Amino acid sequence: MSTEKTINLRVNGREETATIPPHRTLLEALRGLGHVDVKCGCEKGDCGACAVLVDGEAVDSCLTLAQSAEGREITTLQGLGTPEAPHPLQQSFAELGAAQCGYCTPGMIIASESLLRKNPAPSDEELRIALSGNLCRCTGYVKIFEAVQAAAAVMRQTGETK
Amino acid sequence: MTAHDTIQPNLRFSQVGKSLTRTDAPGKAMGRTPYAGDYVMPGMLHAKVLRADIASARLKRLDVSKARALPGVVCVLTAADMPDRTIATDIPGQTGRDRLKTEQQILIKERVRYFGEPLALIAAESADIAEKARRLIEFELEPIPGVYSPEEALAPGAPVVQGTDNVVSTHKIRKGDTDAGFAEADMIVENTYVTPFQEHAFLEPEAGLAWVDENEVITIRVCTQVIEHFRAVADAIGVPHNKVRIMGAMVGGGFGGKEDVTVETYLAILAQKTRRPVRLEFTREDSFVGHGNRHSMTLKYRTGVKRDGKITALDVQILADAGAYVYLSPYVLLYSAVNAPGPYRVENLNVHARAVATNNMFTSAFRGFGGLQAAAGYEQQMDEVANAISMDRLEFRRRNYLQTGDPISTGFVPPSAIWTEKCADLAWEALGDPTPSEGPVKIGRGIGAFQQSYGRLTFLHDTSEAWVGIEMDGTVTVRSGVTDIGAGQASSLAQIAAEILGVTLPNVTVYNSDSQVTPLAGTTTATRALYMTGNAARLAAEAVRERLAEVAAEKFGVDVAQIGMEFNRVFVTDDSAKGMTIADLVKLAASRGVHRSELAIFRAPFTDVLDPETGQGQAHPDYAYGAHAIEVAVDTETGEVKVLKSVAAHDVGQCINRAAVEGQIHGGVQNGLGYALTEEMLYKEGRLMTPSFSEYLMPTAMDMPPVESIILESRSGLGPFGSKGIGEPSMTPVPPAVANAIADAIGVRVFEMPITPERIWRALEAARG
Repeated sequence: MSTEKTINLRVNGREETATIPPHRTLLEALRGLGHVDVKCGCEKGDCGACAVLVDGEAVDSCLTLAQSAEGREITTLQGLGTPEAPHPLQQSFAELGAAQCGYCTPGMIIASESLLRKNPAPSDEELRIALSGNLCRCTGYVKIFEAVQAAAAVMRQTGETK
Repeated sequence: MTAHDTIQPNLRFSQVGKSLTRTDAPGKAMGRTPYAGDYVMPGMLHAKVLRADIASARLKRLDVSKARALPGVVCVLTAADMPDRTIATDIPGQTGRDRLKTEQQILIKERVRYFGEPLALIAAESADIAEKARRLIEFELEPIPGVYSPEEALAPGAPVVQGTDNVVSTHKIRKGDTDAGFAEADMIVENTYVTPFQEHAFLEPEAGLAWVDENEVITIRVCTQVIEHFRAVADAIGVPHNKVRIMGAMVGGGFGGKEDVTVETYLAILAQKTRRPVRLEFTREDSFVGHGNRHSMTLKYRTGVKRDGKITALDVQILADAGAYVYLSPYVLLYSAVNAPGPYRVENLNVHARAVATNNMFTSAFRGFGGLQAAAGYEQQMDEVANAISMDRLEFRRRNYLQTGDPISTGFVPPSAIWTEKCADLAWEALGDPTPSEGPVKIGRGIGAFQQSYGRLTFLHDTSEAWVGIEMDGTVTVRSGVTDIGAGQASSLAQIAAEILGVTLPNVTVYNSDSQVTPLAGTTTATRALYMTGNAARLAAEAVRERLAEVAAEKFGVDVAQIGMEFNRVFVTDDSAKGMTIADLVKLAASRGVHRSELAIFRAPFTDVLDPETGQGQAHPDYAYGAHAIEVAVDTETGEVKVLKSVAAHDVGQCINRAAVEGQIHGGVQNGLGYALTEEMLYKEGRLMTPSFSEYLMPTAMDMPPVESIILESRSGLGPFGSKGIGEPSMTPVPPAVANAIADAIGVRVFEMPITPERIWRALEAARG
């Protein structure tokens, strides 16, 4: 334990400090800092529940060493929007029934955001591929697909994506 | 035709039946909903469980001295510290009758019966230290002969896992005269179908946090479907029932896998011992061996049939793998027995269902609860019989479907509509034009009709409570113990209360899932939450409405029957200019001392158990019916299956939230496709070889077909506004529909699920000779 190191993480636009051993994953570090909207589902990169954006790219935080994220921009689901100003994906997931138990939702929305930043008008096939690393056991993915497409349309219209 | 066969007109709702945004949805989409594993407390300890790595063994040595000596370790417990602590895991009933129980040593004293059975509990200052301590525990397990299938377990001289002969449960149903029925038959068709184990694979692993509060109450925040387990936990640790409190949280998926006790007992023991808050979260691997799975079953169907399609006799022999402990096996097998003939008229019936203990992981509740495995049997058999008499598969079914008013296998007449035929025809029709076959890729279609109960077994004498109150500003609070496992259980109560009290959904807040604070609602299992707790909320809301309506009637000088309440206003129905806000009405009522809240109890029908020899009587309050149609493409060279179309037609009685009903259907399809095609729990001498999502393969976003939902509303169900239930029914017909579509595509049947490419290839090879 003597090898603990203090690292600086920029999470949802704020600087935070964690003192952790070198093998600590980003998932563990973020949850340790209170970012419990990052969910732990398998710790093996199989389920995608722990996905966060690192410099705009969705990654499984359970497969990412916390130290490697130092100096990079980390965004969790809470960082995408607030109840007063929700992200279009958050709005569509809530309104269209895409969140059932809600445990896969943080990872699903993060993966969708990562996709829409690169591809504002994904085809059904492109969307399925982008979400294939995120498991869901409740929704059968159907309403998730609908919610992502609905949000994509809103984002194209408002110019959040082009 | 009965009254139920026509939709009741003139029912108009303002809140019910719509796809409103669920009350729990915004919090989840914003990432602001806490789950049980998200709670922390100052001074909290971290727990780990040490598990046996052999399925059938004797514990020779267990040395925890090194673990206890590790700095930061606060507590290491073994059976030696609590030699007589067992837990009876059983579904709570109110009949006072002795029931078959599982008495399981909380920590193994001597005999290990399944892979992963707990040997020791550790609590330490950090999760790292707890894990290190777990690895420092030395133990020696001496393997003893085990049994790894029901057939092995029933062999003469087989090692005994439970009871005297490994048989943990037997159910019989006898109706008519099967000998005469088979004698009368033109043909007798006999087949054996095998259904596999299944893992619930909820995304949220079991987790909880326990502490001893200022009143010496052991308080456990946990993800569970059943907060009523506070009683079992209290009994297990030797404290009065009112000294254990279970607080739920939004549950990250249940499907029956959080119906039995999981982490609660370990947390209670550690909190009691250390008197510090303790957190325990299962790893995914823990989770795979931390709760019972779906029963693997062998179902032998023998059907006597006339050339005109009349079924003259049916004999069904069911053998289920109960795994190492009893848990809910007797009840699961009763569902299999009752549903063995499915939604068909069978006058001469003989069912014999047994659950047998083995050294596999124990099996218990899973969406469909034995009724699903039965559906895999009867629906595949219906296709085989139709083929044998060269009759169209749908036509053969039409000649045998139960119709409204018909008795089921137990002689009981379901009080609601039976719309199986309508559902099956609509689903089949909706498949549209067939996709053409191309080269080695063959197209096939299958249908699965079903019968599935909603509400618990009636001999359990089920009740549910809910409290509804209205505030001075017209907002409404619902309190009920119901656990919300993701289907919108809490939100449904809000929608029901909103409808009755004439307010809009965002004006209702639900407090749920606290065994000492919210009125006990019973389990969120058995497709019962809407039926039972929905009715309790309805009764409570109606009582409050009645009192408020009386005040309004007096105020406007009209009869109570003329008072309407909708969209946060109360008004006179034939003169809507006369009215006021609900908030003003409540203030007026309050000024007169009117009681503005109500605690209601709803009781399901109470019956005795079924006749033990004939199985005749009432088993459930009522049943749901529907059908699922599937189109698949099968590559006959590789055995690969692609599901092209999937249509679900269900009579849900009445939607409370349409989007939530569709969501249940979609999820049921995903669970059912996985069961039929890819999900396989591989055991090697009881050792689970597939304890991760990279080995245990459930359908991903790439695998899901489009799903069309046809939702019928007979308004004939026993739930609020005539609703039935959709949680379990949505999954039950899917596996046989897939199996039937594959058989239709390739011309031979694979009798064992999951229907993997390898099994398809072998079946084709065998057919080619």
